[in-house]
Amino acid sequence: MENVQLLSEWGILITLVLISIPVLTAALIVIAKTKKLIADLRHKREFEAFQEYARGLDAKELELLQKRKEELAFKLQGNELKGRQEPRDSRGMLGEISEAEELRFIPKKQREEQSLYVSKDLAKLILWYLGSSVIWLIFGTTVGEYLGIKFVAPDIDHESWLSFGRLRPVHTNSVFWGWASLAMIGLGYYVVPRVSNAPIVSLKKGYHTLVLINLSVLLGSLSLMAGINNGGGEYREYVWPIMALFGVGVIISIINFIQTIATRTTKEVYVSNWYIVSAMMFVLVIAFVAYWPTWQNGLGETIVQGYYMHQGVGMWFMLFCLGLMYFFLPHQLNKPIYSYSLGVLAFWTQILFYTLIGTHHFIFSAIPWWLQTVAIVGSAGMVIPVVAGTTNFMLTFKGNWYKLRGSYTLPFYLVGIVFYFTGSLQGTAEAFRYTNLIWHFTDFTVAHSHLTMYGIITFMLWGFIYTLVPRLTGKEAPQMSIGVHFWLALIGLMFYTGPLMFGSTLRGLMWMDGTPFIETVEFMAPFWLWRAVGGSLMWFSHILFGYNFYLMVFKKVREKVPQSATEILEAREKLVTEQLSSQL
Amino acid sequence: MEFFNDHKKLFLAAFSLFIVLTLFVAIFPAIENQENNQPLPNYKPLTASELRGKNSFVSNGCVACHTQQVRNVEMDKIWGERPGIAADYAGVERPDFWRNSATLMGTERTGPDLTNVGKRQPSMAWNLLHLYQPRAVVPTSVMPSYKWLFELKEKLEEDDVEVIVPSEFLQGEQRKIVASQEALDLVAYLQSLKQLSLPTGEVADDFLYKKEISEESTSGLSLSMPDGELLYTSNCASCHQANGEGLKGAFPPLKGSSIVLGDDIELFVNIIMLGYDARPEYAVMSAVGTNNDLSPEEVTAIINHERTSWGNDASKVTVEEVKQIIDFIQLTSNNE
Repeated sequence: MENVQLLSEWGILITLVLISIPVLTAALIVIAKTKKLIADLRHKREFEAFQEYARGLDAKELELLQKRKEELAFKLQGNELKGRQEPRDSRGMLGEISEAEELRFIPKKQREEQSLYVSKDLAKLILWYLGSSVIWLIFGTTVGEYLGIKFVAPDIDHESWLSFGRLRPVHTNSVFWGWASLAMIGLGYYVVPRVSNAPIVSLKKGYHTLVLINLSVLLGSLSLMAGINNGGGEYREYVWPIMALFGVGVIISIINFIQTIATRTTKEVYVSNWYIVSAMMFVLVIAFVAYWPTWQNGLGETIVQGYYMHQGVGMWFMLFCLGLMYFFLPHQLNKPIYSYSLGVLAFWTQILFYTLIGTHHFIFSAIPWWLQTVAIVGSAGMVIPVVAGTTNFMLTFKGNWYKLRGSYTLPFYLVGIVFYFTGSLQGTAEAFRYTNLIWHFTDFTVAHSHLTMYGIITFMLWGFIYTLVPRLTGKEAPQMSIGVHFWLALIGLMFYTGPLMFGSTLRGLMWMDGTPFIETVEFMAPFWLWRAVGGSLMWFSHILFGYNFYLMVFKKVREKVPQSATEILEAREKLVTEQLSSQL
Repeated sequence: MEFFNDHKKLFLAAFSLFIVLTLFVAIFPAIENQENNQPLPNYKPLTASELRGKNSFVSNGCVACHTQQVRNVEMDKIWGERPGIAADYAGVERPDFWRNSATLMGTERTGPDLTNVGKRQPSMAWNLLHLYQPRAVVPTSVMPSYKWLFELKEKLEEDDVEVIVPSEFLQGEQRKIVASQEALDLVAYLQSLKQLSLPTGEVADDFLYKKEISEESTSGLSLSMPDGELLYTSNCASCHQANGEGLKGAFPPLKGSSIVLGDDIELFVNIIMLGYDARPEYAVMSAVGTNNDLSPEEVTAIINHERTSWGNDASKVTVEEVKQIIDFIQLTSNNE
């Protein structure tokens, strides 16, 4: 009994391991030495046998050996395959020839080409969407960065409009409804008509949605800062008249999308459109249920809150982005999606399980116990769509990994997919009752939401934007600054989430241990500092992203000095005709 | 498959599945909870001032860091006497057509839970100073300062509630700091937050995941006494400060205090259990011991910590002494 107890003590276990290391090492050395001794002995015998054999060789055998020795001495001169003609590239196959001696510190990646399939007017609409989403990203994360600083320096200002409680929802809502939503719908305006092989029915409706959503986020942010909010459920802080603007915007565009799909010239409805249209239908249902202004007294509010906040994430952002991924990933890899059926399976199981998991934000609360259990079971069920989706994307990548090196967009896709797997399964793990005990109410949740909303959604959207915009404008951002954007964002995210998860796990354990509350606040200080550091890197990467976007749209293209044969001849012909016409 | 090629059927199917699930996991349970729960019999609706205070609480987004829910797990025991139940929230209704009902249960506990804060921290002076500058009372707090809820006046008027702020937080301000109506309302709301007791005969749910008490801690005699320093941090330090020096003009020092060092243990225990209001230059002390349900062992540990820290050097008291006094207090208060 005593022994069993001792063995469960960490200190004892660690000591035992430490002691066993030199003992085991000594034993290994003895074994190795013995083996070597035996091997030496064997070798000696073998060598003696050879000497015996060598002495007994006859003339015929010696002749054969001599002949083989001469054969082995043959060497190539190095010019056996040389042709007799001058080198030519009659099919124009060679390009980008560079000297082997050139020092290439940053490898050159493949360039994007302008798309032939999108009209100028549609391109303009999409750029308006993406442009305003970029502005909301920079605004929203500037606010987020400031909030992160407030954890380290709470007395940085004493303005009511800038106080923590008011700014926090400004940050979350503007990156949700401003950045991610506008970017998604904008990309949807490219994908829906493309996979339907039909023009978009109405461009005007597109602009209506754009204006309504921008207005909603603008008014929402101002009202939150002025202290007008809906009563404190996360992502439900805008009052309903402001959120209604968003809802009407989505209604207008979903009608537009469905009408476009109805006029499609393809037989099937491509799976991207399943995801996109469903995401839009579901976000309307969610907003309608959560914002209907005549119910939700008492605990009803909390039950609806759990449902709303999680469906908002999973049925709007995740579903929409998956739809976009089913288009852009095959497009970028230039091959079809690995399995269409897996995409279909993931679609239905996502609806089935995701809808159930809302109340896992209120485990152990006064919400009915059965509802909490349903949420936990649903969270476990999420493994199916997540594994199906990730497997599908990864197997689409298979055989094309080499493209990752040569592309500046694919790394964004890959990070998005990897976080889709880890971030979503982390959510499942957090929902279990025991882990919930440690992590609930701590900053672990904040880290998780950044791993998902940032690691999955934002990285995917960046990948899509860097893919699409050059196709619309014919201009690219410098590969160098896109690379810096990628690495700053990724490293920043790691600095942000890693320490926060570590610190809040310990904080949760301290709570369980009964440590005075204020000591657990003091304990978090260094982790909050790391969060601010990571947040700053992320924030800086967004400024770079804004700059890249600006270049992709507005960069003045210098007239190119002709270099290839075709260009030189064209330019010369032009010059000659100009000369002729001026002489006339 | 034909079904997948017909966008109407396809979207309708997805939509219906989602609606059905929504009905069963959100709408029906929400309606059921809304219809079938009533506030507890001893529930009193918020007064006009408390309601204004709640609006201010909502408006300033306090729920971002403060929860109002006691979960049925052992670690939440410090926030209330029993786990929260649906009836606790049944009195919360929509304030108007424009805004949702705010149960304010919250999802983040960056700061402490407030379910029972009216009982735990009922001092008006402490709350006002804490709102004006949290770090004046809790040096390592990261809570925002709510300075805009206070006015600066050359001269006090009648009914003005002045807030005494330690000089290092005044930044040379000479005028008087007066709590605005909004600040008073907000504190009124915080003071109204008390967990109601269940009607007699009703048994509260158990707290789950109890801490396992190892044999070691029960067998050793020295370990059976609670940790006085931890208890002091949780129950006393927010006013008297970790260094025992209190705050000038608000909370008296315990370092060198005649009551702490003196021999009148009965007075000392009485102050801890029932509060104190004998000195006009300091704020009223609330009945910390009774409110927080401190046991005789815990009170003894706190007293001994105070008598032997920060240069204080008085003899320790015994649990028996303290227990006798507390029994007497309970006896007299029950007779009232």
